[in-house]
Amino acid sequence: MSESSQVKYTRKDFTSDQAVRWCPGCGDYSILTQTQKVFPDLGRKKEEFVFISGIGCSSRFPYYMHTYGFHSIHGRAPAIASGVKISRPDLSVWLVTGDGDGLSIGGNHTIHLLRRNIDLNVMLFNNRIYGLTKGQYSPTSEVGKVTKSTPMGSLDEPFNPLTLALGAGATFIARTIDKESKHMQEMITESYHHKGTSFLEIYQNCNIFNDGAFSNFTDRDTKSDTVLWLKDGEPMVFGAESDKGIRLDGNIPTVVELGDKWSKDDLLVHNKKDYMIASMLSNMTSKPDTPEPIGVLYAIDAPTYEDNIASQISSAIENKPKSSIQDIINSGDTWVVK
Amino acid sequence: MSISKKQVDEVVIRFAGDSGDGMQLTGGRFTETTAVVGNDLSTLPDFPAEIRAPAGSLAGVSAFQIKFSSKDIHTPGDVPDVLVAMNPAALKVHQSDVPPGGTIICNSAAFNPRNLKLAGYDSNPLEDKTLDDYFTLYSIDMSRMVSEACKDLDLSPKLVDRSKNFYALGLLFWMYDRPLKSTEDWLAKKFAKKPEIIESNVRALNAGYNYGETTEIFTTRYTVDKANLPPGKYRNVVGNYALSMGLAAAAEKSKLELFLGSYPITPASDILHTLSAWKHLGIKTFQAEDEIAGITSALGAAFSGSLAITTTSGPGIALKGEAMGLAVITELPLVIINVQRGGPSTGLPTKTEQSDLMQAMYGRNGEAPIPILASSTPGDCFYVAYEACRIAVKYMTPVMLLTDGYLANGSEPWIVPDIKKLPPIDVKFADKSNIVDGQFMPYLRKKDTLARPWAKPGTENLEHRIGGIEKEDVTGNVNYDPENHHFMVKTRALKVQNIANELPPTDVYGDKSGDLLILSWGGTQGACRSATEALVNDGKKVSHIHLRWINPLPNDLGELLIKFKHVLVPEINLGQLIKIIRAEYLIDAIGLNKVKGKPISSAEIQENVKKILEK
Repeated sequence: MSESSQVKYTRKDFTSDQAVRWCPGCGDYSILTQTQKVFPDLGRKKEEFVFISGIGCSSRFPYYMHTYGFHSIHGRAPAIASGVKISRPDLSVWLVTGDGDGLSIGGNHTIHLLRRNIDLNVMLFNNRIYGLTKGQYSPTSEVGKVTKSTPMGSLDEPFNPLTLALGAGATFIARTIDKESKHMQEMITESYHHKGTSFLEIYQNCNIFNDGAFSNFTDRDTKSDTVLWLKDGEPMVFGAESDKGIRLDGNIPTVVELGDKWSKDDLLVHNKKDYMIASMLSNMTSKPDTPEPIGVLYAIDAPTYEDNIASQISSAIENKPKSSIQDIINSGDTWVVK
Repeated sequence: MSISKKQVDEVVIRFAGDSGDGMQLTGGRFTETTAVVGNDLSTLPDFPAEIRAPAGSLAGVSAFQIKFSSKDIHTPGDVPDVLVAMNPAALKVHQSDVPPGGTIICNSAAFNPRNLKLAGYDSNPLEDKTLDDYFTLYSIDMSRMVSEACKDLDLSPKLVDRSKNFYALGLLFWMYDRPLKSTEDWLAKKFAKKPEIIESNVRALNAGYNYGETTEIFTTRYTVDKANLPPGKYRNVVGNYALSMGLAAAAEKSKLELFLGSYPITPASDILHTLSAWKHLGIKTFQAEDEIAGITSALGAAFSGSLAITTTSGPGIALKGEAMGLAVITELPLVIINVQRGGPSTGLPTKTEQSDLMQAMYGRNGEAPIPILASSTPGDCFYVAYEACRIAVKYMTPVMLLTDGYLANGSEPWIVPDIKKLPPIDVKFADKSNIVDGQFMPYLRKKDTLARPWAKPGTENLEHRIGGIEKEDVTGNVNYDPENHHFMVKTRALKVQNIANELPPTDVYGDKSGDLLILSWGGTQGACRSATEALVNDGKKVSHIHLRWINPLPNDLGELLIKFKHVLVPEINLGQLIKIIRAEYLIDAIGLNKVKGKPISSAEIQENVKKILEK
């Protein structure tokens, strides 16, 4: 990684000349904007960023970033990005995917990417619907979702992206919301600084096919009671007046009112290195009795796949320095015909 | 009775036994020794898909055939002169291939009631005289001999019995006058940490050899003179290994980092194994989660500037189809290797076939032409692999390389190449000279090759986006314009066609006109060449053309084909190259098509040619 101490970038440097073609009002615009706003401050040369995407509305993202980019085929972005990063660990590789692309057709690649802990940054735009194919239910749609392909309601249980990622061995899982610009910028920055696969789920509103899917967490009237903003090392407090919190009742996270009976000292303190807390928080997704955890749920240090490959190669080279394929060609039992 | 020595030009031996009997290893050792002795040789391993089918069953029979000769040979032989059958099932499966007068050597210890029943014999063929009228039968209790030889060793009877393949090997070494030393050295190295295993195998090997020397049941020993091969330094080489070396040589010559994205599949996995062991050459191998990730990870590596390879067999190619199309439209260099096997579906995973040519040509959505070349012999795998890499980076295109199970596992003596003498692979990544009006133009092509520039991520000012949506000529921007699409479809096709301009003139074996031309591709080369040689010796006006390139076809092929009254296309499929030939050149080519999971024999081809010429 090379620092670009001299070069000062602006948002414009990361904006390509291509017209953005998402539907007006789409949550994707905000994600693009926050990315373009935060990238100049990451302190890295622009030419070292690579965006890889699959297929879907979100996957058009690379065309709008003035970086290296590859808009590929449905579901395969994690594998392409893996190839890029293994081949070129010096690059900062970003993977833009959606709930259909990353969890349905590309689910296999996503889980294997996570278990390998390749140093990539995954931005999963979750709108809980198929937008580009015009409105079928997705693997994150709630049961009973009525769409063109499920006129009587969908039957299958949705994936919870964060529990899936955690189960697959993710070393960084986080969640943000399209309308929370500042928070999203923080999450993008934290993803960037995590060494290993960072998995950032972004709640993104599809105003055409699934409008209001996350309004409960974004409406001014409700959001203070429905969102739990996670801060590492701090007790889990929420509510308009910071008057509620999460307390463990046995192993069950329970909402308590702060006041006479409970104080902040009784609340669970967030520790992003604690797998049990991460597991508990990720399971609080869209449950009726608990708020939605937003922020970094889990972040631990672990060796990356590409570093391990590099170290195997360098130790092999140490054992057999200055090797050429010619040595191998010449080896084995040979004989000379005169 | 004295033992006579008889000189012969060529011999075909087939070792057959249970999967657990070590027949591939036995064949491999016989091959190495035969190579060092200086015979020309060709081998054909034939093993079951099951790792360990039930012991003694017909399904579990594994075989290895070697033909060796004092002459230049092209195939592993049609029928064995000697069959070594380590159990009744092996005899049952292979006996019908041995011609009358042939020799059969059996381990009589394995012909017990249980094994006989498993193989479907009502009575013991070694005792009921059914074989004696047709074959020279040697029934030897190898298990007992080995157990005698090793009786003072501290090894279980079961372990001792596992040395019996070396007994058979020793006997064959005696029969064909071959030294034991290289096998003894090999055993010492292989089992360096298990001295008692070395000892039991060496004793078994010598016991077999001495049995031939001292007993009087063998009347003849054979000698096969050194082959008159072109001068040079030789080694024996197996196809998949040669192919791996070709890829590594291309990486070294191009100064690119080699990246292999692959998923295990028979019979291609050995390439993954081989390259994974060469980390000291800086090679990166990635065992992906599936076939699709194998090719797409490689495509990612190609995008970032590596020499990218993916290896698989037919079913894997089916899964890689969409990604190949992406490689075509993004015009990235990528070598896709298909070690063909019997199909469809899982088919015959360990058997050979040439039935993926149409899949290679057309197995993608849209107009997605990919250059296709095929190797003709195990050693040729080295050169085609190198050539595939050279073309991929020169033209910025995916390239499909077809080999097959027979080439992949077969072996032959091979002149050790000097990589300095291979054609150069010059790679020039895009730089500032590719910037027009301040913008990098990812689809601004070279005039001669039509290749687009290869811009490595990390290079300043060359930031650009590529992808699977149709590209605008020059700028590479997303474009839906009908005229642009038509132009790009034609340009991608023309780029592949242009490769023909650098192909050497087609080599015709025999006269450039005549009664019949045998036209072949891939692993049938040897059988076709042998058949042509025999037919020409017989006074027939027959010639042979073997195609390395199938897409594009050589520019001069059409004018050569019309100089012959008949064109015969032998293939291990139901007629795939022939369809292309008929479509391209409007000639009434004739097919010879056998799909049995094994190579077409030279005899079959000769017979077919004679029938056509008699008409």
